[in-house]
Order: sequence, then C-alpha cells, then structure tokens
Amino acid sequence: MITEIRDKVAEQLEKLDGIVALRSTEDGAAPYLFQQGDNLEELVMNPRYPLSKTASKLQKRFKDAKLGVVARGCDVRALVEMAKRNQIDPDRLVVIGVTCTSEEAEFCFCAEPAPNLDQWSGSTLIGEPVPGAPPNPIVAEYAQIPYAERWAFWKAQFTKCHKCFGCRDICPVCFCEACALEDPLWVEPGLLAPDFPMYHLIKAQHMTTRCVGCRQCEMACPADIPLTVLYDLVRQDVAELIGYVPGADINEMPPFTLTLADAAIESDLVY
Amino acid sequence: MDYKNIQTICPYCGCGCALNLEVIDGEIVGVLPANDHPVSQGSLCIKGWNAHAFVGHEDRLKKPLIRKNGQLEEVSWNEALKLVAKNLGSIQKKHGADSIGVLTSAKCTNEENYLLQKFARAVIGTNNVDHCARL
Ligand code: SF4
Ligand code: SF4
Repeated sequence: MITEIRDKVAEQLEKLDGIVALRSTEDGAAPYLFQQGDNLEELVMNPRYPLSKTASKLQKRFKDAKLGVVARGCDVRALVEMAKRNQIDPDRLVVIGVTCTSEEAEFCFCAEPAPNLDQWSGSTLIGEPVPGAPPNPIVAEYAQIPYAERWAFWKAQFTKCHKCFGCRDICPVCFCEACALEDPLWVEPGLLAPDFPMYHLIKAQHMTTRCVGCRQCEMACPADIPLTVLYDLVRQDVAELIGYVPGADINEMPPFTLTLADAAIESDLVY
Repeated sequence: MDYKNIQTICPYCGCGCALNLEVIDGEIVGVLPANDHPVSQGSLCIKGWNAHAFVGHEDRLKKPLIRKNGQLEEVSWNEALKLVAKNLGSIQKKHGADSIGVLTSAKCTNEENYLLQKFARAVIGTNNVDHCARL
C-alpha cells in the first residue's frame, strides 16, 4: 500500500505545490511538506501525527498555495470540522485518503477507519476500507457505573495531570489563539494538578461538536489519562440529543455556531 | 515554501526527551512531540512544548552586557570575562572560596557541566555547585 501512496503523491505533486505527509529520517518520522524532487521513499504512514493540523498551519502561511495532504479517516474528519471553522480552505486542498487496518482501528476504538472523501473534490482513496472497531469498553459500560464511582474514577485520573497542555496543543480541532485553559478567570495559574474538574471539563465542553476521536490527545498525554473516554461520551450525547456528528458533513454547521441574524429571529428578549 | 521538522533533544532538563522543531522557511514556529522516540514516547511537559519560544525571542541576549554608569552596555566576551574573573578573584580573597557558589545548567552538555564543577572545585576552591533543575 505504501508504494501506491507514494505513486499517488508523485502524480499529484505535478499539479500541486506541496503535499503534507510523514517523512522518516534517521532521527524518526515527523510531518513534512513534500515537494517535487523530494525522495518519496522517505514517505511513511507511522507513527500517526495530526497532519490535518499541519495542513491548516501551512494553508494559513502560504495563502496562494494549492496543497495536498495524506490523511487517515480521523484526519479527514478533523479537516471537515476545521473547514467549518475557517481553519482549512477545502478549495485549496486535495486529500489523498488512506484506510487504516483493523488492528489500527481496534487500537483507536475507531468506528470509522476509512476516510470519507465524498465532499473533497479531486481526492483519492487508497486501501480497502475495514469495518469500524468496537468502542472503548469503559465507554460501552459507562451507563452502568454508579455516579460516585464515576466521580472517583475521574478524580483519580485528573489528579495525575501536570498541565502540559499537550492534549490541547496536539489536538487538530483546538486552534483558538486565546485559550480558556490559560485564562486565570477559569483556571488558577500555578496550580498542579489543575482544578478538578474545571480544567478538564472546559476542554471537554469545548470539544463538544468538535472532537473527531483521533486519540492524539491520549497518545500525547504523559500521565496516561484516558481523555477520549470523556470526549467519546460527550460525542455520544451530542449525537443522541441533537443528532450532530463531528466530521460527518462539511455543509452542516456546528449547532453551537450561531449568527447574529439567527439570534435576532429566535430571541424574545426585549432590549 | 518549505516545511520540515528537525528532531532535537529538549534543552530544559536532564531527562533527554526528544522533540521536533517545526520549521517553516527557516523560522522555528512550534514544537511537536517525537512519537517514535524511546525516551519521551510522544509526550512532552509544558517546558518541552514551548522549547522553541526563546530561540527568536526579542528579549534574548545576544551579546554580554556590563552595567556602566547605570546603563547596560554591550561589550565583547573578552571584556565581560575579564570583569567576572577580576570580581570573582577579589570576592574569593576577601570572603573566602565558600562565599561563591556555581550554578550549572541542564541546557549545557555533560562535558560543559563537568568543566564548571571542576572550575568551582579546583580553581575557586568550593563545593558549592548546584544546577538549574533544582532552582
Ligand atoms: S481525540 Fe483528542 S486530539 Fe483528537 S479531536 Fe478529540 S480531543 Fe482532539
Ligand atoms: S496531556 Fe495529560 S498531563 Fe498534559 S494537560 Fe492534558 S491531561 Fe494533563
């Protein structure tokens, strides 16, 4: 499959200014902007990085460039949520989608391991889609766990947090320049572990309608906190209550985004 | 148009976490963890995540400064080292070697730290040696 990906990248590089993918060197693998003339033997698929975030960064920096990105299912879902929030310009981005293996899907508890490219013009899918993996067992059994136990579980987990902000920094759908987690109004500076449960509930609340379950936060967490259990539960609730699925449809605006015009129509307030 | 990551070791403490410096057109713009590195295994602490911030910072000192008539002035390394040597010498003579302490740094190499403790013990004559990770 890797040969097929490299061939596709070589073909697309004749039309595009550059393609974001992983490059492996003797130091290790990391995101890279491949351009014509680069050695595509160095292009690899592992370990995973949020390449959608790199693509966003480069689109903002190179405003006229037409770029490509090698993307897994979660990357594409993240691209969708970022596009809705003006962090990705879909007209300047070609996606080379790559399916994950069953083992990778199981590791990530991923329900949708193949990228959905219906809404990305000029894109290609490489690999055979595999079925979704079962959810994290804690998520599956969560409804049966009594409230007191849930509280004790999260308290024990979040006490390990040393506030590196890594879960935020790596997250493809975290992009605000001013972050509530750094605002002394909400999170007391200099306190370790951060306020329980405020710090992590702010993050979870901001991930409502955004988190695409890529698991990057969990992999970056030095304290091994199962962050995506919380975000998966939030995503489930949002799907059940308002039918919104992050990453599914680029044309469906997030429910918490409202325009002033909407507000005027809905509001009964007397000013 | 150029974007790459350069892997290096975090300068902030002695753990030896690897990190990737994100470089766009020669400018360091951010940090990514090194996901396949055996020491840090894709994680970083808050210092590592921000290890790029001082590189191009406007407050960063590029030349030694000496306060002359109440004003900090840029001087050559030679002049700065001479002044330090002269003042350390006179403090040592007047108050004894143990009135001086030496702070080393996790940002230095092992060899540089070795030299500094050697300097403290053999040249100044004190065992007062400590380092920034305990500050
Ligand atoms: S799984 Fe974590 S890193 Fe990925 S989108 Fe959700 S919160 Fe962000
Ligand atoms: S990555 Fe882990 S340790 Fe760092 S802030 Fe997030 S939860 Fe806390």
